[in-house]
Amino acid sequence: MTSLIELNGISKSFASVRVLQDISFDVRAGEVHALLGENGAGKSTLIKIMGGVHRADTGEMHVNGNAVHFTSPRAAAANGIAVVHQELLLFPDLSVAENIFMGHAPRTGWGALDWPQMRRRSRELLDRLQSHHIDVDARVGSLSVANRQRVEIARALSQDARVLIMDEPTASLVEEDVQQLLSIVRMLRDKGVGIVYVSHKLPEIFALADRVTVLRDGARVGTAPIGELDERKLVSMMVGRPIDQLFPKQETKIGAPLLEVRNLSFGAVVRDVSLTLHAGEILGIAGLIGSGRTELALTIFGITPATSGNILVDGKAARIGSPQQARDFGIAYVPEDRGLQGLVRSQSIQENISLTVLKTLATGPLIDHRKEEKLARDSIARFGIRARGPRQIVRQLSGGNQQKVVLAKWLATEPRILIMDEPTRGIDVGAKSEIHALMSALAARGLGILMISSELPEVLGMSDRVLVMKNGTLVGEFDRTHATAEAVGAAMTLANHSGEAA
Amino acid sequence: MAIAGAVARRSATSRLVEAYGQEFVVLGAIIALFVIVGAVNARFLNDNNLVNIFSGNAYIAVAAIGMSLVIISGHIDVSVGSLIGVLATIAGTLAVQGYPVWIAWSVPVLVGIVINALVGALIAYFRIPSIVVTLGMLSILKGGLISYTGGTWITNMPPAFFIAQARLFGIPAPVYFMVALTILMALWMRYASLGRSIYAVGGNVEAARASGLYPERICVLAFALHGFFAGIAALLFATQLQVIQSTVPPNLELTVITAAVIGGVSILGGTGTVIGSTLAAILFACISSALVFLNVSAYWLRAVLGLLILATVLADMARRRRHRAGGRL
Repeated sequence: MTSLIELNGISKSFASVRVLQDISFDVRAGEVHALLGENGAGKSTLIKIMGGVHRADTGEMHVNGNAVHFTSPRAAAANGIAVVHQELLLFPDLSVAENIFMGHAPRTGWGALDWPQMRRRSRELLDRLQSHHIDVDARVGSLSVANRQRVEIARALSQDARVLIMDEPTASLVEEDVQQLLSIVRMLRDKGVGIVYVSHKLPEIFALADRVTVLRDGARVGTAPIGELDERKLVSMMVGRPIDQLFPKQETKIGAPLLEVRNLSFGAVVRDVSLTLHAGEILGIAGLIGSGRTELALTIFGITPATSGNILVDGKAARIGSPQQARDFGIAYVPEDRGLQGLVRSQSIQENISLTVLKTLATGPLIDHRKEEKLARDSIARFGIRARGPRQIVRQLSGGNQQKVVLAKWLATEPRILIMDEPTRGIDVGAKSEIHALMSALAARGLGILMISSELPEVLGMSDRVLVMKNGTLVGEFDRTHATAEAVGAAMTLANHSGEAA
Repeated sequence: MAIAGAVARRSATSRLVEAYGQEFVVLGAIIALFVIVGAVNARFLNDNNLVNIFSGNAYIAVAAIGMSLVIISGHIDVSVGSLIGVLATIAGTLAVQGYPVWIAWSVPVLVGIVINALVGALIAYFRIPSIVVTLGMLSILKGGLISYTGGTWITNMPPAFFIAQARLFGIPAPVYFMVALTILMALWMRYASLGRSIYAVGGNVEAARASGLYPERICVLAFALHGFFAGIAALLFATQLQVIQSTVPPNLELTVITAAVIGGVSILGGTGTVIGSTLAAILFACISSALVFLNVSAYWLRAVLGLLILATVLADMARRRRHRAGGRL
């Protein structure tokens, strides 16, 4: 059987960081080809190259046997390749029909939009997707996520897509909608469409895929027919690199409980979570994006205060309704997104570090500049921040050095409980191991660290204990000796599996 | 030793240029303008004209201080011209009706603080964009002012009222106001923790919140201070002539916003200084006066200001790009 699209030796770098290396990939007519990998493995970049958003640095791409070079998403669409994006790129204030035909609407002889034809063809497309209930004149913003997704699929079909790329299509769907989506995908496959299916959910992969390709760190681990694989094997392909000495967690004496969380909930995203963090302990929280990890951190830190449940610090009840109160209980939070919540990038290193401790640095209403500068200089030395000096603007630093500034800023509050959300995301290997060494040293001094990470090797290497979150609840707990990549990875991804291995 | 000293001094200078680049550019432009226009027409430099330039436009510089605070905090106010008109009318009306001068001076300042604190509260707590709230205020204030005064001018204020016409050592009072308030606020923004918080909230409101600041309160504070400066500006405007026109100079709010932006305040918030905005207000005054002395139609003033805004933004972007390319470590 010939391939609809075929990629050979594709490599891609962004600003000297190699994200894809020598990738070969193909999709045949009438098959579902699943694309798997951890966060950051390079799946989205590969999708974007096929969809015409990015151009590969090297390698070639063939559609129906002809070499192609896509310069834009429009060029990809003209070659019959359409992408259903995870974030659903639709226009909420326009109608369903307008969204389906945005950019390629049928015209009348006068060059005006041919509304009757547009509405009629939208109806046909939606009917093909068994979506008779969606009104072509409805405002897209008023539709449910599942229905919006169908509009986007209809949009892809309206351009005669032969290859449909679906990026985590079920990530935000409830179970019932998932089943309907799967049947739509099967129906399209039976009509000869080639489907690239990206998902973290292994049960879906086994229910749907004909072949599977696994990426890891920008390289292809392998491609195999689904019949030759089982769940354990897939998980170990995704995460199973040998864990090397990148993660130097020292043995420390685990002390008394510092932070206890009892039946904590925040709406529906954090449900009934209980955990205990001890002095000197690094407690890793593993889970996929959207499993409620970050929301748990935000709730403990008071940014989104708990809707029910209790938090105890040093065994005493702590009411935490705002970040200020959390800080006063000795809790610090190094957020997931440096740009969004961590730093004021237009300000200097000095001004960023002092932001959490302005009150203690000030005498009366005025800041003691000498104290402030000393704090900044000490932090630069202690954390090995590579900068021209305390007055350098944070925007000019590299990602790893920015992350050290965030750490310095929060450690200036002299916390006893440190929550770190993705502490090393997007920074290079050298800075990464420096931050790991810092974390280890902090734990050795008796801090309790709650570490959230998508990188399984980091979780396994750094943590004294690992908790696994899924759908807003804790589904597994592993101590250091039992926390293997297979066991934790399985708990993260498998359906209805509550691995109690500790 | 000598070499090391020179190196250290040079890096201190370059640090100063890096931190206050825009301010130096504006200052250089003012000096260049004085030298060139003075050479063409020496009367440009005579006492009378200098008083006109500095004293007659001090109220714009004072209003631009408050505007800078608001823009640095991440917001904008397009109603300040109308507010100044309303506050000036309040001052004049109180004076004419025989209230003591100190009441005629202090009431408009208090009213300015209260009105803008309410504006700030609407923006902060109801999460309405500042452009919307202040556009509304613009219409309310302008409409209210015209309805109340019927377009007539206020005259016959008691002599003691005219604070802007007072002089000390030959220098008019508005110049003292402008210089003192600028220095005071420059120090406050740099050395007070609240001043610092305004930069932080404007630079990244979520990071500021996570760091334990209260962005809503800081927004209200910035607007309240802006109201205070609008009140002072209104007093200087109301007392510089013998009459108070119920129509403030048209586009006053745009002039004030332009001063802040040309002075180096980023329209996106988070950066800039009040020294820059005051220098920029002085630069405008120089340009409009220079046009007169160079026999250029005054109608060109707005066109020149427009060019200046575009040139400033382009220069700013070029500087940032250079930083990003060269400054990364």
